[in-house]
Amino acid sequence: MKLTLRVWRQKNAGAEGAMSTYEVDGISPDMSFLEMLDVLNERLILAGEEPVAFDHDCREGICGACSLVINGDAHGPERTTTCQLHMRSFRDGDTIDVEPWRASAFPVIKDLVVDRSAFDRIIQAGGYVTAPTGSAPEAHATPVPKADADFAFEHAECIGCGACVAACPNGAAMLFTSAKVNHLNVLPQGAPERETRVLDMVAQMDAEGFGGCTLAGECATACPKGIPLVSITSMNKEWLRATRKAAGGR
Amino acid sequence: MTVSPEYTDYTIGEPLTDSAAPAGPIHERWDKRRFEAKLVNPANRRKHTVIVVGTGLAGGSAGATLAEQGYHVVQFCYQDSPRRAHSIAAQGGINAAKNYRNDGDSVHRLFYDTVKGGDFRARESNVHRLAQISVEIIDQCVAQGVPFAREYGGLLDTRSFGGVQVSRTFYARGQTGQQLLLGAYQALSRQIAAGNVEMHPRTEMLDLIVVDGRARGIVARDLITGRIDTYFADAVVLASGGYGNVFYLSTNAMNSNATAVWRAHRRGAYFANPCFTQIHPTCIPRTGDHQSKLTLMSESLRNDGRIWVPRAKGDDRPPNRIPEDERDYYLERIYPSFGNLVPRDIASRAAKNVCDEGRGVGPGGQGVYLDFADAIERMGRKAVEAKYGNLFDMYQRITDEDPYEVPMRIYPAVHYTMGGLWVDYDLQTTVPGLFAIGEANFSDHGANRLGASALMQGLADGYFVLPATINDYLARHPHQEPVTTGHPAVQEVLAETEDRLNLLLAVDGDRTPDSFHRELGELMWEFCGMARTDAGLRKALERIPQIREEFWRRIKVPGTGEEFNQSLEKANRIVDYLELAELMCLDALHRAESCGGHFREESQTPDGEAARRDDEFAYAAAWEFTGTGSAPALHREDLVFEYVHPTQRSYA
Repeated sequence: MKLTLRVWRQKNAGAEGAMSTYEVDGISPDMSFLEMLDVLNERLILAGEEPVAFDHDCREGICGACSLVINGDAHGPERTTTCQLHMRSFRDGDTIDVEPWRASAFPVIKDLVVDRSAFDRIIQAGGYVTAPTGSAPEAHATPVPKADADFAFEHAECIGCGACVAACPNGAAMLFTSAKVNHLNVLPQGAPERETRVLDMVAQMDAEGFGGCTLAGECATACPKGIPLVSITSMNKEWLRATRKAAGGR
Repeated sequence: MTVSPEYTDYTIGEPLTDSAAPAGPIHERWDKRRFEAKLVNPANRRKHTVIVVGTGLAGGSAGATLAEQGYHVVQFCYQDSPRRAHSIAAQGGINAAKNYRNDGDSVHRLFYDTVKGGDFRARESNVHRLAQISVEIIDQCVAQGVPFAREYGGLLDTRSFGGVQVSRTFYARGQTGQQLLLGAYQALSRQIAAGNVEMHPRTEMLDLIVVDGRARGIVARDLITGRIDTYFADAVVLASGGYGNVFYLSTNAMNSNATAVWRAHRRGAYFANPCFTQIHPTCIPRTGDHQSKLTLMSESLRNDGRIWVPRAKGDDRPPNRIPEDERDYYLERIYPSFGNLVPRDIASRAAKNVCDEGRGVGPGGQGVYLDFADAIERMGRKAVEAKYGNLFDMYQRITDEDPYEVPMRIYPAVHYTMGGLWVDYDLQTTVPGLFAIGEANFSDHGANRLGASALMQGLADGYFVLPATINDYLARHPHQEPVTTGHPAVQEVLAETEDRLNLLLAVDGDRTPDSFHRELGELMWEFCGMARTDAGLRKALERIPQIREEFWRRIKVPGTGEEFNQSLEKANRIVDYLELAELMCLDALHRAESCGGHFREESQTPDGEAARRDDEFAYAAAWEFTGTGSAPALHREDLVFEYVHPTQRSYA
């Protein structure tokens, strides 16, 4: 395959960025999208140019590092991570636009690499169960109904890639935040901190400069792990419940 | 020191003993050690700083737990977030001797299985402690909200895994590593928010600082700004993972690397059993030269999938067209009692053998079938989907083939390294104050790791073992002199690091970092992979110094050191691979026996199984660094088996 790439190049956080055009040839349909970028980078290095910087690590769709907007879609045309996107999803001769996540809460570090540390701070605000090592009761002491365990798992699958934010017209982080709130709030182990968790995490989310949610639904469409849009509704319920309770209601 | 009569390229050093392990009945040793270990007064703990490098299962759990105990933790990871460490990619599960199935499991059986599975090259005391702690890990993770698979009654589900006959593997669909890691990451996040952990993401350790014989800090580079800094502490914990990426193609993450352990080795920490690498049997075969990494398919697939190749050589009919009686379910045939569930080393070698015979399938004949047709027939498609759905999806995404319709093709790939920094029972290396945990150490898996045991070991080390034993070290060295950047030892390390990076940038040659990495990887896969020979290893040992010389002459790294520069990061890691690879080959050459993942063609039984030579090699080989290109010294730690009598492993 022969392709034309238009790639966002930006020297560093403070610099102006722009799209640069590159031709790549000899691309196999079995290559992953990142392997195609590897080919480009090898060529750039030998030509004395700077290779395109992008985040990637496991290349099997689970670490959440890779983060490219491809032809306007977070992670590209398939519902998967960029590292699991293969060139067979494109046609010979295509022109492909490659950009970083675009959101004010995810500033660009270089080229296609962005700073997603805001997500870490949302988790630090309450995305955990307080269970210091050594304090745990026997695992079978508290059975968890299978339906609840499955619900928790479905939300715990979030890989923290940020595609939801990149896809959202408002740059909101509701799906990411709700995934963790729902994972922990449905479990008996998460119950004691149920209210503080949702209130603190949402407050941190707002403080990080993410946009507001208008239920556009783009986040759930872009999510490579299939976190459902109703996840946001569940979190809103949790937040309302916690807010009422904090105000002295039940 | 004397020169070895057999090989001239290493010397024999003093034998090594594990002085931290207590004596007495094996099931009392861990309690005894914990009682005898000195404690640090809770009020004094905040005066101690501990550096932890890595945030995977071992590092994440250790950082969180040490901070909970009151220590001041300074932690590092090269990823943009501690949540992305490569433990996240572990699929299958975590072992624990809970005996919830009432199927005859016990701490002693897990201990026995692990020592046997490791082909009698691990230390009994360590393995027994691991089995004891396994049950506490499950309790801890459930308390954190880890969503393990559950039965309809609300209790935890388990499954069986290779090399054992009980069902002791706890799992969270095919994402067990992810869920356990997020548990540790969330515990760590709580401590970061509380100010007890100072977290440095996108910061890579480049060297170890040793002052007056003790580990006192590290040199690290901020990957965004390129700034090189020093960090000081009372103890340093390496939880930086394994070195499988020496092979270029492996199931490791692209940026997993050996720099932290190799630099520590150069500063005095012995490196044990570097040739013990695990080749995992069920990975997706490579498709071409562009391949950047290999993807594992969880070993749990072998519970229900059946492995086969055509009986006849060169049979290129599509699999569905090959009748039952023309298929060879070779694992079931050769190992009737364990069948498709033999340990990884055995399954990998068997796949290599049938492919070498010309019966492999797929492009280049480098693959075997893993077939779910019988399982779908027996359990129904729905049940197969529920159990393995995400793995099937992943397979389809990568290969563009539907495994519900066509059997999967699999081939072995480098997956895990059992070797690592030598540690004593306290997980302390030969450099006082330097500890190594998780895959970074060599301690528990001998010559072959059983499935679902890496997660167990990482969390055992991080949650329970290290936090208990590091107390003893810190209590015995309560008032260490503060170290400053001006100290000559620090200045020396700093200058060496800067010189190395500057040199990489200055060569301005005509070859990319990846081209060297690929060349080294191909050499290692050919001569230090699934089967090794004296002649092949000698060839590799001759070739590696040549590649190294060429590297320093022809490497091309664009950009500068004072910026985000992924080529520089990569090139610097390859510098260390080029030295470590040599030690791996030397270790493989000196160990003229087969054991576990280390198969020497000269040492096999008449049936082609690994033949151990206990009379000569029942020891851990701990290597001491003496200089690049200079003969290292071998220190042997004899292994004593009091509880599990070494036998020829049999899974027939």
